[in-house]
Amino acid sequence: MNANQAAESNLLASNQQKELEDLPKDYPLSTSEDEGDKDEERKHQKLLESISSLNGKDRQKLADRSEASLKVSEFSVSSEGSGEKLVLSDLLEPVKTSSSLAAVKKQLNRVKSKKTVELPLHREEIERIHREVAFNKSSQILSKWDPVVLKNRQAEQLVFPLSKPQSAFAPIEHVVNGWKAGTPLEQEIFNLLHKNKQPVTDPLLTPVEKASLKAMSLEEVKMRRAELQRARALQSYYEARARREKRIKSKKYHRILKKGKAKQALKDFEKLQKVNPAAALEELEKLDKARMMERMSLKHQNSGKWAKSKAIMAKYDLEARQAMQEQLARNKELTQKVRAASESEEEGEGQEEEEEPLVPDLVNEVQIKANGLNPWMFRNHFIDAKEAEVQKDLEDPAEPEAQETSESEEEKAVVEEETLLKEFEERRSLRQKSELNHMAEPVHRRVTKDPSSQEVLSDLRALCQKLSTENHQSGKQELSSARTAQREEPAREEEEPMLLQRPERARTLDELEELGREGCVENEELPRTAVEGLQLEKNLSNHIGAPKEKKRKEQMIDLQNLLTTKSPSVKSLAVPTTVQELEDEEERDQRQIIKEAFAGDDVIRDFLKEKREAVEASKPKDLDLTLPGWGEWGGIGLKPSAKKRRRFLIKAPEGPPRKDKNLPNVIINEKRNTHAAAHQVQVLPHPFTHHQQFERTIQTPVGSTWNTQRAFQKLTMPKVVTKPGHIIKPIKAEDVGYRSSSRSDLSVVQRNPKRLSIRHKKHLENNCVD
Amino acid sequence: MSAKPNWTYSEVGDDKTVKQWKMDGPSCGEEEEPLHTILGKTVYTGIDHHWREAVFATCGQQVDIWDEQRTSPICSMTWGFDSISSVKFNPIETFLLGSCASDRNIVLYDMRQATPLKKVILDMRTNTICWNPMEAFIFTAANEDYNLYTFDMRALDTPVMVHMDHVSAVLDVDYSPTGREFVSASFDKSIRIFPVDKSRSREVYHTKRMQHVICVKWTADSKYIMCGSDEMNIRLWKANASEKLGVLTSRERAATDYNQKLKEKFQHHPHIKRISRHRHLPKSIYSQIQEQRIMKEARRRKELNRIKHSKPGSVQMVSEKKKHVVAVVK
Repeated sequence: MNANQAAESNLLASNQQKELEDLPKDYPLSTSEDEGDKDEERKHQKLLESISSLNGKDRQKLADRSEASLKVSEFSVSSEGSGEKLVLSDLLEPVKTSSSLAAVKKQLNRVKSKKTVELPLHREEIERIHREVAFNKSSQILSKWDPVVLKNRQAEQLVFPLSKPQSAFAPIEHVVNGWKAGTPLEQEIFNLLHKNKQPVTDPLLTPVEKASLKAMSLEEVKMRRAELQRARALQSYYEARARREKRIKSKKYHRILKKGKAKQALKDFEKLQKVNPAAALEELEKLDKARMMERMSLKHQNSGKWAKSKAIMAKYDLEARQAMQEQLARNKELTQKVRAASESEEEGEGQEEEEEPLVPDLVNEVQIKANGLNPWMFRNHFIDAKEAEVQKDLEDPAEPEAQETSESEEEKAVVEEETLLKEFEERRSLRQKSELNHMAEPVHRRVTKDPSSQEVLSDLRALCQKLSTENHQSGKQELSSARTAQREEPAREEEEPMLLQRPERARTLDELEELGREGCVENEELPRTAVEGLQLEKNLSNHIGAPKEKKRKEQMIDLQNLLTTKSPSVKSLAVPTTVQELEDEEERDQRQIIKEAFAGDDVIRDFLKEKREAVEASKPKDLDLTLPGWGEWGGIGLKPSAKKRRRFLIKAPEGPPRKDKNLPNVIINEKRNTHAAAHQVQVLPHPFTHHQQFERTIQTPVGSTWNTQRAFQKLTMPKVVTKPGHIIKPIKAEDVGYRSSSRSDLSVVQRNPKRLSIRHKKHLENNCVD
Repeated sequence: MSAKPNWTYSEVGDDKTVKQWKMDGPSCGEEEEPLHTILGKTVYTGIDHHWREAVFATCGQQVDIWDEQRTSPICSMTWGFDSISSVKFNPIETFLLGSCASDRNIVLYDMRQATPLKKVILDMRTNTICWNPMEAFIFTAANEDYNLYTFDMRALDTPVMVHMDHVSAVLDVDYSPTGREFVSASFDKSIRIFPVDKSRSREVYHTKRMQHVICVKWTADSKYIMCGSDEMNIRLWKANASEKLGVLTSRERAATDYNQKLKEKFQHHPHIKRISRHRHLPKSIYSQIQEQRIMKEARRRKELNRIKHSKPGSVQMVSEKKKHVVAVVK
């Protein structure tokens, strides 16, 4: 029923609307607009209309007002009949007269002054603007998420769901207040606490403590505070100073400091002696005791940490060497008394050795220097002629010390300095006269022909080698000398097994070669005399050597040939063999020019050198498994015996021939391991900018074997953690601390439902069934 | 079909109706009937429910916003006349909607201001879009040209990332609730999992019997993926195939974490890379990949040649990201 009624009413309404819509169509054009036309035209129009109205149908509708009438409507103003255009000012004329309508007049004036309103924009244009505004607005709203998104993207770990249920932690006071002691034990404890007025909630100070604090007067507190402040300041000052002094690296400074301290101690001691001899005696006894302790513990030998470190450094560092010697001298001093007992023996030895005047002083001096490192070793040595004398020199100042205790310490210092100076001089002279030594050596050889002097001779030879290895470090010569050294070694062993135990033996082949290689770069100067000496030496040693040596020599010569003769052959390779003479000449000229241009740098030689180095580097290295001090005495300056070394030296097998063996001007790098290359990263991965970065990340271990548990956990932390069965909701503004909009989207939409078109609405009304 | 918070769900059909159903099935002997049925004028092609309120949106010729309590839409938005295939609410800023129409465009709407915002036209038709649940302005569009495009809503002229690996039209896409990955269903009978910031897929799932995959969803705990395919089956997949399900002891977890870290650390090493990338593929997909690689290479070569043989500067190399966007309409 309802539906029917609604349909009827609908129909009715639509009919009415139709009528309304029809009406305006039938009306003629609005008259007001055509007022500007001429009267004739209008009359003509009227005529036409009157004619058309003769049909009789639409006569009523043409109820046009053609003349002035009393009935004037305010809705249809017409100037018809007046023959003029209707102007606003005409209408306003009556307004002017009445003052009460001033407001209206003003308004009208304002309207008059305004220009015509612009044409409204096109609908699509308007929509476009709407859209743009809306887009800007919403993107502005969205941009508040930027920091959140960035943070989440960069987060080391994200644990989902993001919003965790708030675990309610009540403050401890609340918990304590709410809790009551239940068990008897708890009650007892509480009773005790309450008796002592122990603070239960905020454990800062008991009432007694508070009271005691209050009891202290203000002055007292101030004084105490000042005192404490001063103490703290002093402490910090001293700490800073100590730190600063500790940081000073200068050895000289420390030495001076030490010396100053020693001097101060001496002065004090002297003063004490004058004032209180008994106390001084006690002090002396103390010193003596210290010496005894030292003797017992042998602390000053080279077994200490410091001594060991110095021993390593002594090879390269002059200062360290000096320090070592100083220390040894001190050791000697402190262990003097025992030596005094065994002096006679040594003197005897010294006398024996002094019987050989053939050996020049210079050579012996050198040996002393060489043996100076270890006094124990140097005692065992009975060959050195001057040794005893020097020792005597060392001992000389010590002997009076034993007698006159008062002056001993001062003298000691002087003696130390003297010995040091002496050693310096020795070293300097050694350097200067090493060449001379070589010259002198063969002469000595000739002089000493009798078998008794054989020992001296061998000794000299060893010395020469040592010197040569130390001082002349140039490529070829070095190599040759090394060879000779090696050749001589076994022979000398037979002659003199004791020689091997000397602190500085001739170096092994490897060391020499290394030195030679270094020497090529480091030391360019080549003392002529030394070379000569070496060559003489070589000649001498040659007729002792075995046929093996010849082979070696040949090899050596080959190497030399390589250096000297290869370059022309390379050149000839570069030039084609069949060329005309003219071209040849031209080319020669060109070559000449190039030669002149690159006169300084010998490219070919450099290349050959490079290749030689590459070949040398690629050769399999021998493996030395000798353990110094294993099965024999070890220590500074001691090297395992040649026998041992020979036994434990594992010779590397000869590798396959190099690919560039027969290619004179090519170096083929055989280092690249194709098997490994398959596992290597070929291209630098994206986030890395330098290969070192990438290598470092790969090198850093992750596992728990190389990291602490905490670090391991942190390193292996997964980036995203989710729990099975836990729903992860989309991120919300509240989750990240933003204020979410209070209004719901629905309410906003319902407030302005402007977009629903009439047509659509109508349609929906028609279609809705429910 | 679109689920709602209050245990009902709506569906749209070709019969111009929107039906609202109870979530739980009918009791014994009871005939299942929809709670409400709304008859519309046009065919509704897609529906999506608001993430928080009792509001849903349908699409067809225009996008309508409905209140659940009413039989007429409270708001309807159009931009030209076209058939809109899908509409999706933004899960974070819930007044935003995205829709894709058959004239190759993606249109964004603002429900509050009841106006469309912007339109981007791509090379080919977009089948559906999905918003990132952790990043309010990011959405991904599944396109017919085998690619997926991740856009920043504020800058539509260039996609943030072009995800390519499928060898046929991508039909559906859904984000993981963590917002780090999404899964896509394709006409090539496979589903793929892409990291949001990578252009290549991390994983591909396929079985012998699975036909064209029409829809795909990621479960809310981010552990599983569900897909529906042409042969009328729904399949449940593990989102991370090698992950162990069930309770893990702490040592086990530490070990898996460590292994994961090692894989990540050495991912660039050739052998590890090969192993981690290797997936068995059905022959059809495999051969199509090869074919498309050749095609792509040929296109690239041609472009390079064109640049080489034309006046310098007259032909520019267009980046892959910009290549597929035809226009952005304000």
